[in-house]
Order: sequence, then structure tokens, then C-alpha cells
Amino acid sequence: MSAAAVSPTSPEYVTFDRHPDHYAHWRLSSDGAVATLALDVAEDKGLKPGYKLKLNSYDLGVDIELYDALQRIRFEHPQVKVVVITSAKDRMFCSGANIYMLGLSSHAWKVNFCKFTNETRNGIEDSSRHSGLKFLAAVNGTVAGGGYELALACDEILMVDDRSSTVSLPEVPLLGVLPGTGGLTRIIDKRRVRRDLADFFCTTSEGVRGDRAKLWGLVDHIAKPQQFKDATAAHLQRLIDASTRPAASAGIALTPLARVIDDAGIHYSHVDVRLDRTQRTATIIVTAPTTAAVLSLAEIHSRAAAWWPLAMARELDDAILLLRLNELDIGTWILQTRGDPFAVLALDATLEAHQTDWFVHETIGMLRRTFARLDVSSRTLYALLDEGSCFTGTLAELALAADRSFMLQWPDEPERAPHLTLSHVNFGLYPMVNYQSRIQTRFCSDPVPVARVHAKIGTALDAAAALELGLVTFAPDDLDWADEVRLALEERTSLSPDALTGMEASLRFGGAETLETRIFSRLSAWQNWIFIRPNAVGEHGALKVFGTGRKAQFNWERV
Amino acid sequence: MSINYSERIPNNVNLASDRTLQRALEHWQPRFLEWWQEMGPTDFQGNEVYLRTAVGVDVEGWASYGEVKMPDYRWGIFLADAVPERTIGFGDMLGQPVWQQVPGEFRSQFRRLIVTQGDTEPASVEQQRLLGLTCPSLYDLRNLFQVNVEEGRHLWAMVYLLHAYFGRDGREEAEELLARHSGDADKPRILGTFNEPISDWLSFFCFTYFTDRDGKYQLKSLAESAFDPLARTCRFMLTEEAHHMFVGETGLSRVIRRTLELIKELGTDDSAAIQHAGGMDFPLLQRYLNFWFTSSLDLFGSEVSSNAATTFANGIKGRPDETLYTDHHCLETAFELAIPDDNGGAKLDSVPMRNAMNEVARQAYIKDCEMGLKRWNMMIKRAGVAVELALPSSRFRRGIGAWYGVPTDLQGNRISPEAYRHGLTQWLPGEQDRIHVHSLMRCVTTPGKMAGWIAPPDRGVNNLPVAYEYVRL
Repeated sequence: MSAAAVSPTSPEYVTFDRHPDHYAHWRLSSDGAVATLALDVAEDKGLKPGYKLKLNSYDLGVDIELYDALQRIRFEHPQVKVVVITSAKDRMFCSGANIYMLGLSSHAWKVNFCKFTNETRNGIEDSSRHSGLKFLAAVNGTVAGGGYELALACDEILMVDDRSSTVSLPEVPLLGVLPGTGGLTRIIDKRRVRRDLADFFCTTSEGVRGDRAKLWGLVDHIAKPQQFKDATAAHLQRLIDASTRPAASAGIALTPLARVIDDAGIHYSHVDVRLDRTQRTATIIVTAPTTAAVLSLAEIHSRAAAWWPLAMARELDDAILLLRLNELDIGTWILQTRGDPFAVLALDATLEAHQTDWFVHETIGMLRRTFARLDVSSRTLYALLDEGSCFTGTLAELALAADRSFMLQWPDEPERAPHLTLSHVNFGLYPMVNYQSRIQTRFCSDPVPVARVHAKIGTALDAAAALELGLVTFAPDDLDWADEVRLALEERTSLSPDALTGMEASLRFGGAETLETRIFSRLSAWQNWIFIRPNAVGEHGALKVFGTGRKAQFNWERV
Repeated sequence: MSINYSERIPNNVNLASDRTLQRALEHWQPRFLEWWQEMGPTDFQGNEVYLRTAVGVDVEGWASYGEVKMPDYRWGIFLADAVPERTIGFGDMLGQPVWQQVPGEFRSQFRRLIVTQGDTEPASVEQQRLLGLTCPSLYDLRNLFQVNVEEGRHLWAMVYLLHAYFGRDGREEAEELLARHSGDADKPRILGTFNEPISDWLSFFCFTYFTDRDGKYQLKSLAESAFDPLARTCRFMLTEEAHHMFVGETGLSRVIRRTLELIKELGTDDSAAIQHAGGMDFPLLQRYLNFWFTSSLDLFGSEVSSNAATTFANGIKGRPDETLYTDHHCLETAFELAIPDDNGGAKLDSVPMRNAMNEVARQAYIKDCEMGLKRWNMMIKRAGVAVELALPSSRFRRGIGAWYGVPTDLQGNRISPEAYRHGLTQWLPGEQDRIHVHSLMRCVTTPGKMAGWIAPPDRGVNNLPVAYEYVRL
């Protein structure tokens, strides 16, 4: 066993439940169209023992709060059009991920931490792109590493020009690792900084001051300390005017998730996770809504956080995060669905009919990001379209996200056989990180099979039809089903988890490259490689000796 | 098509209540019969043959005799009785309970092994399909058909495993077993040796003596497998395989006895004289032994094999008679292997024991082959003839492994390529030998009569007289 499972009752078991009233590291306030997220890291409140979060540096706990705050802004503060991310500390915006924390962490923990922080920053851009929620980084002091990467995820960066504060990405010269939370990707792809300047910038540990940062395009605006407040307000107003976030009145309270964690798994109202520790699999069963009617906006708003698509998405999101962080050995997730396909079709019609409404719009965003989180999870995903399953419309995304899908044929009892039904939502409502639908990605953007499948919207497809259309991988019949599935799982779980992670990530995102795919497939892959190399984590590796006064000793071989 | 399973297909695998298996067999059985008609023995499908049919695994059941037309033969599915509480007998999982299902992790390895084993069974039927036309006696004709139907049954046994334990893939592989044909350039049988036709009875006896004996050792290895249904299937197959080797050993014995008679009659062991009298002289017999023994050695695979190490480690395939060994882990031990050195000789190389499992099985096989030789030489000596038959060295004429492409004489001494090329003309059957052997292949079908190149057997089948009409023509 590489890592023993963490008991849910142990303090080691990390959950993602947070509330602004109890944030240790952030202050969330909102005033009309502006929400302010001020970073004020409590040094002694690291998620794990052994390090102090000095200089507004962060660990996973800080980022979990950031994720929670963004969710609150999306749902509880719909009137907010611009979020200011700033620091509550004096002359220090954020110094990035805590180095001592990284030095103490296992490889798996570092990778998980980076994955989650990347997703949260991508989520900022996702909200900007899809919901018109704009972000201004008000960098009121020195910003380094992951701090600058957080600013890079914002739409605009305003930096204080006090002739001493600097912006830097010191990972390479100081720590022997990469700015892996999108830093390298965003300065080129998003900010279009010239590559030679970027090369210099990324190897200069002291960084550059405001004026040069502005000149090179590392930040959008600079302001002297005396003018910083006014400048912030001015840029805010411009962003408010530019925001396309739909008008809204009252928000929806994100009530705590009803969740039970026990030895058998993690249990929510619409999502159930059953663990098989011997087989090292988790079966994730999503239950469809019970209402088979198209809801009115009033009905939707009155259901609030209990509205099925939001409740389900939050539960699934939470389940993914808990499994990823706490259940490292559970390498295969089996995706199953239960319930009434007509209820899902009614839901999809509801989503489509009301997608201009802010709440419906944000809920679609939550579903989109949750499915995308599934896509980038380093676990094998197998979908089982078995008797009683309900892979319809929105829920069909789960089958389409899977690395392989098995659909039951039942020639003798066709009435018991499952069906797969697509709806319009499968053709663009939930783009992946490559900005394409899962169907487009599945068929490598070939318009012919996509059109054939599109023509079947609303048709309940049996296994033979789904197989023929290329929507499922295998269609064993009732006699073969149990054995085929068992063998496929046993075979899969016997393979190298590292090779599978690399293989799955390589096969899942065909076609177009985007900023996000480049972060996950290129930057993260390089970073994770560097994270296991002796030059970073060996006894004399840069990450290990940081802060000890000793100099890192490198193996000079270029490989 | 509906089948009365217990009647039509004798079995002890509960076929009557296993729908998955029934469905698979409903599809496969008609194809098997088509294959048998098309690729099985020519010309005799309509004749009644006195055959043994397995209807159970006990003493009474495994040999039930009667007259039957071959296409009506009841090919059955049998597993030897389960050994209670059986545990894995070797490898990394030594001592753990055996598997009643194929673990997914080893699925493809098992499938490959079963398909390879299964492919040889119908292949040999195909190789021997014309032999009936030149049978030396009705007794021999019957033995040929007995071997053929039992190879057919062994195909069934492997197909049963594919159908019962490998799902859709297994069914596809079972179809492929019928689609590949011996000697077919487009879809040949998997192992090269099984693509050469067996066109004379001397080759048939050599095949059943040497090549079927390889089959015996493969089955013995698989009978040790941690996958219990495979182990039980192979254990039962071994009881039938014994008959095939009996056919080979007694067949060659009778040829030798007849040659000894001719030497006595003619008062000379001169090859030309023996051949002129319609017999098979000892130098010719020795050349056939050389050829078949060395071809069969290659079937065990390379002396050093990572595959062999993996299958041993994972409990997939053990050593023949694994229980006779004391160390079943073989993790720390080494095997001393003779390999060619740079000075035209041989040297010992130490290889990890697990990698040498093919060689371990091959050496056990060679010992087993030598038993027959001893008996034959005893017979020759008693007859007062100064000839000794011998098996060539396992380094001679190898097509695989460390000695591949290394010229040696029959004793395994390194020689020059020229000497080797020249030697082969004396050591292996040549065109003249084939012409002579084929000239003797004349169909003898009068009950009790034997062709002139072979002596009659000591006794008939199942206590019947030798002159019994074993095949009704």
C-alpha cells in the first residue's frame, strides 16, 4: 500500500467545508457590484503541522477558503460584477505557496495541491468568460510565485509602484521547480509577454519593480501608493461597466452539504460513493431528479441550494475532491446513474429555457466546472450503463467523460435494458477544458459522427444503437455482463497507476489546445516530473535545502 | 438450433443449467461440425469406427467404447474432480487459495496460453487428415481416428475455458481456432510445426511419440496452474494424451520389430536390402527420430525466457510435476545453462531459475523421450542386432534459443558450417527416404492384416482381437 487510507474521523482527513464566518485566511466583503477578497493569512493556521504561513504564503487550507469564497460570490452575491483580490497585509500581496509546506509534503500531496489550485484559478477565468464576473488583482505589495499566478488568473492586474515592491516568479532560481500554477503558461499565452523577456523574468529571483513590470506587460496598470486606492476604484468602475453578469436580486445561500462519511463510502442525497478497498475502486452513483416537469423560474429560485442540478453538482464536486485528496489508493472510479430519464430531460429543458437567469446560469457553470474537474482527475473513469441506469442529457456527460463505458444489452428482456439519451445540453453547454463538448472531443472534432449523434437527440438509444454510434465502448449482454465488467476492472486496477495517469490524460483531451489544456497537460506534467527529481527533492535538492542556508547541489546532467 | 445438452455433449460442468455456456456452444458447435467435415479425416466420415468416448471422469466413464460415425462422436467437456482446498503450488502467491475465476490482471496471459494450446489440437487433426488413405491396418486406422476425435475433444476443452471464463473475447478466440487452418498461407496455425502436413505413417508415429509428448508436458505445466478450471481441464486431458503417446510408442516399436524380422529373414541389416524387401532400415528410422525430436524440442521455447519467469511468478504455469520439487518459489536459485562460448565450445551460464523454466520442462521431456529409446534398444539387442538408436543432443538443429544457428553434430559438438551442411544430408530424412517411405504407404483394410513394414500389435483394443473390424468400411 502506497498510502494507507485516511480514516474520515482522523484530523488527517481533509474536507472542503468552509464558511466565510470562519475563514482563517481571507476576508470576504461585498458592496454592491464589488466584492473584495483580502488575503490575510494566519501564520499559525496551516492545514498540517510543521510550517508557518509567513509572508501571506498559502497552503491547501488557504486555497480551499478561496474556492469557497468564489462559490459564495457566484451564488450568494449575484449582484457582484467585479471581484477585487488584494492583500490585507502591509506591502506584501502574496508570496505564493509556502515552501516549507512543499518541502515537507509527499509527492502526491504536492500534485493534489497544484491540481486544486490550478482548478480554482481556471475557475476564476471560467467565471469571467462565461458569467461576465470580472476580477481585478489589486497588488498592493510584493508579489511572488503563486501570488503572481493568482493575479495572472484575474482579468487585470494593478500593481503598486512604490519603488521597492516587486513581482517575481522565483521558482526556477530559488527552488529548482516551476511556477506550476499556470504561471509559465499565462505570461505567454494570456499576457503575451515576449519569450526572451519571460525567460529573463523567470530566472530572476528578486523580480522586477512596477515600472518594468508594466513595460514588459507583466501587469496592466501601476499606481503610486498615494494613488493606489483611487486607481483601484477607477479600474473597478471600468470593469463593472464591462461586466456582462446578468442582473440579479437576492442570492442563494450555499447551505452546508448533508453528508455522511463512513467505512462504506461517502453518502449525499443525490450522490453516493461506495468504496471497495480490496479492489481499489469507488463506485459513484448519481441519482436523477424526481421532478419530471419543466420548472418555472420561481420554482427554481424557491428550491435554491436544494435545486437538483446545483445540489447534485456540489455533492459530486465534493466527492471528487474528497476522493482525490484522501483516497489515493482508490485508482478507479466507476460511474453509475439511477433514476427517471424523463426527469433529466425535463431538467435539461429547464436549464435551456432559463439559462439567461443568473441562478440557472451559475448552476450550469457549476455543472460545467464539476464535469471538467472529473475530466482532469487522475483516476480511471469507467461508466457502467446497467439496468436502471439513467445516462440521459446532463447525466450522459458522465458516460462521455469516462475512459471506457460498458452498456448492458438484454436481447431477451429489452424492457429491462438501459438506454442512453442525448439532449441539446450534450452539444455545448458543458465544454471541457479544451473548450469543446465531450462529444466533439470523443469524435476528434470530425463533424460526420458528431452530426449522426446530433440527429439522435431525444432518442432513447439501446446498447446496440449506442455502440454503433460510437457512444459507448462495449455492449456485453446480460449473460456476459458481470464477468466482462469484473475482468475489465481487475485488469485495469492491476496496471501501473503512473502509466495510467499519463495515458488517460493524453487520450482524454484530443484536438484543440487551450490555456487550460496547456496548463494541465504540459506545465503540470513537467512540474510533476521535476517534483520527483533529486534536483528538487533529493537530500540536497533545492526544495529541500531552501531556508537552511545550504546551497542546493545539482546533478548537472540535462535529461 | 436447440440441443439436448447432457445427451449430445457429455459433460460434468453443469452445461444443462448454464445459459452463458449454452448460448456460446449453440453458436460454436455447428461451426465445429462444419470444420470437422471440411478439415477432419477425409473419406471415412460415413464409416462406423470403434471409438472410445469419455462420458465421465471416473474409471467407468472416461473410456466408454462403441461403434460410432465420427461426425456423431459425442465430444464432451470434462474437468477432473476438484481437489478440495487446493492452494497455489508455486510462484509469488504460493499457498494462497487457487482461483475459480480468471483474475483480470492475468486475463490476457491466460487467454494467450489457452489459445496457443487450443490451436495445436485442431491443427494436428488437419495435419493428419489424409493419413487414413494409407493406413497399414484397420487397427491403426482406428487408432488414428481415436487420436483425431480426442484432439477434437481437447479443442472442446480449451473452447470450454474460453467460453466459460473469457466472455466475448473468449468467444471470438474460439471462432478463430476454427478459422485458422494448418498450412493455410493466409491464416496459418500459430505454431510453425503444426503447419507441416503429416503425409506418412512413420511421421505420424514420430509425431505422436515426440510432439504429443510435448503436449503432455505443456498440459502437465498447465495442470499446476492457479486457475483451477484450467488445471482440472488439463489433468483430465492428460489421461487421453497418454493414449496418443501409446500409439506413437507402440507404432515405432512395431516398425522396429518388423525391421528386426526382416534382418533375420534376409540375414543382413543392409539398408538397401531391407528397403528392397519393403521395410524401414535403422539408419532411416534414426533420421526420422532426429528430425522429429529436434523439431519438438523447439516447442518448449527459449532456454532463457522472461515470459516463462512471469507465468511462473504469477502462478499461471508451473513446472511439470511441480510437487516433486522442494523449492516452489525459485526466486533465489539459479540454473546452470550450457551456452555456446566464443571458442567453438560450450560454457555454463548461470541464469535465474524462473527464467529457465522452459529448459526445466524440456529436460524432463527429454528424459521421458529416452524411456522409449531404452526399450527399443533392448529389443534390438535381444534380437542380436548391433544397432543402437539414440536421441540427438538438445543443441543439435535448434530453431530457437541459445543454440539457434550454431552448427553442431548429433552429439552437440560444435562443427564448421560446411561440415554441418554436409552432415544434415546424413542425419535428417532426405528426398530418397521420403520416396521410399511413401512407396510403402499402401492402404491395408483386411481385418487383422498388416502392411509389410510394420508388425502386428501385441493385442487389440479393449480386449478385442487384433483382427476385429475396427472400422466398418
